[in-house]
Amino acid sequence: MPPWEIWDNHSHLSGVSGRTPAERMAAMLKIADRMGIQRLCVFMGMDFVYDPSPERLRRENDQVLAAVRAWPERIFGYVYLNPKHRAASLQELDRCVRDGPMVGVKLWVAEHCNSADLDPIVERAAELKAPVLQHTYLKITGNLPGESTPMEMAELAARHPQAALICGHTGADWERGLRAIRPYPNVYADLCGSDPTAGFVEMAVAELGAERLLYGSDAGGRSFASQLAKVLGANIPDAAKKLILAGNLKRLLRPILQQKGISV
Amino acid sequence: MSDSTATGGLDRRAFLKATAVAAGAQAMAAPQGVTAGLSNSAEGTGGPATRGTRSALKSATPSAGLIDVNVNLSRWPCRRLPLDETPALVAHLRKCGVVQAWAGSFDGLLHKNLRAANARLADECHRQGEAVLIPFGSVNPMLPDWEEDLRRCAHQHCMPGIRLHPGYHGYKFDDPAFARLLRLAVQERLIVQLALCMEDERMMSPLLRAPAVDPAPLAALVKQTAGLRLVLLNTRSPLSVAPLTALQGPSEVYLEIAMLEGVAAIERLLAAVPLTRLCFGSHAPFYIIESALLKLHESVLSDEQLRAVRRANAARLLAGKTNSAKQRPVAG
Repeated sequence: MPPWEIWDNHSHLSGVSGRTPAERMAAMLKIADRMGIQRLCVFMGMDFVYDPSPERLRRENDQVLAAVRAWPERIFGYVYLNPKHRAASLQELDRCVRDGPMVGVKLWVAEHCNSADLDPIVERAAELKAPVLQHTYLKITGNLPGESTPMEMAELAARHPQAALICGHTGADWERGLRAIRPYPNVYADLCGSDPTAGFVEMAVAELGAERLLYGSDAGGRSFASQLAKVLGANIPDAAKKLILAGNLKRLLRPILQQKGISV
Repeated sequence: MSDSTATGGLDRRAFLKATAVAAGAQAMAAPQGVTAGLSNSAEGTGGPATRGTRSALKSATPSAGLIDVNVNLSRWPCRRLPLDETPALVAHLRKCGVVQAWAGSFDGLLHKNLRAANARLADECHRQGEAVLIPFGSVNPMLPDWEEDLRRCAHQHCMPGIRLHPGYHGYKFDDPAFARLLRLAVQERLIVQLALCMEDERMMSPLLRAPAVDPAPLAALVKQTAGLRLVLLNTRSPLSVAPLTALQGPSEVYLEIAMLEGVAAIERLLAAVPLTRLCFGSHAPFYIIESALLKLHESVLSDEQLRAVRRANAARLLAGKTNSAKQRPVAG
């Protein structure tokens, strides 16, 4: 394994034991150390619900804040929001990102991302230079009621060309997901959360360019190994692997990190 | 680890130990007994492919490098894969330290002429396998006279085992034909590899959906089929079938790690599965082989555990030696 820097764009406080966020983060970091991963972006709480209430959002974000405070040199937090609760979400965005240490936004499956309810959140995130990571999936077995697709992400991207958007999992059905987001240069492809199927990253580099791809693990539900392998085992130049493993996320986060006085 | 740092520096030595790019592995001699389990089934006259199978079995080196129990040749039906040309696959397997790979064929999923598919597989392993590939032919118990396909796998091609795809062949484990197939495999001393799936069910082509098969009836079948050597491939929920691996008796059930997910998953799985029953499997070339390799590194495993998973368990299985789940593994 080459000694390249690795920043993980997508991880959770799940899949490891621990009574507190700090304990779980410590357990996760031990495993990340074995895999050579320097930094992890973490979001959502110690357990998840599909449609969180404002109170629930606050509790889960507090758990991530606790993890960030325990490991400020290793962990970046993304604030978890629910577009159905617009005012509460904007308050959480201010509390955790504008006034707190978090550096991004996470949206999951509460509402389809082509909804106008997302607009004020995305606009505010763009003002704060915080990327918005929206979960997307394309299941032939049927998506969850509020689960977004890359096609819906494309609609959102068309409305907000100034925002940095991350297409979570690239829909998992990456052959369709990559096509859906291809026309929108402000959309990054999040490579995690699907099986380590050969050819994914090669197609992503060919269709989007290496500069738009972000390594993530979706740990602890997924293994670091299976998701790292997508990049390390891909038939692409080393320079592209370096961008995907850390360079692109560094570039994406640099403005907000600079605002917060964090040098990387 | 000694040179792992708080900022996540990788212990390169440990990684190499886990993945073992075994540069000189091919030159090593085969240990005694590796092919012992084949002696009864290697009675056919045998053509070049048969000789190729024997050659691969003899030159595989379970004392060094990895045995990958889960690879496939030919073409995935829905897309070209980066390593779906056999020479490229073999070269990459060797580069990754794999000295023996048990190869099925993607043709076995949908082709009805399995005689031809299995003959091609045997021939490909012989001509292109570079003494790494060992063919495992496909048998579909829903086809008329499937027994002849099984017999040819054993006698004509001298294969050490067969591979089954119930999701693609449309049967469940409580089907009487399946029970009969297992009994016949035992009679022929064939290892049975059972692919529980081939890909994430949610990502399949809508025109090519192969439902996951409920493994629940397997427990009774394993108990009933004395002498069965069963390898479950592509297990997405290994904990659900882990009790099968701990069954005591004259049959043996093994798992492999290709679809194992979650952080440090091997060390957690080994809390539920006897060490003697877990093998290395990559599901290459559909999956990136580095995924399985890196899983060996992600978990904290003792040397004994690494030896067992990397090769010793598969080598012992291939040799046909019974080994109670409670026994300690044979050091490779």
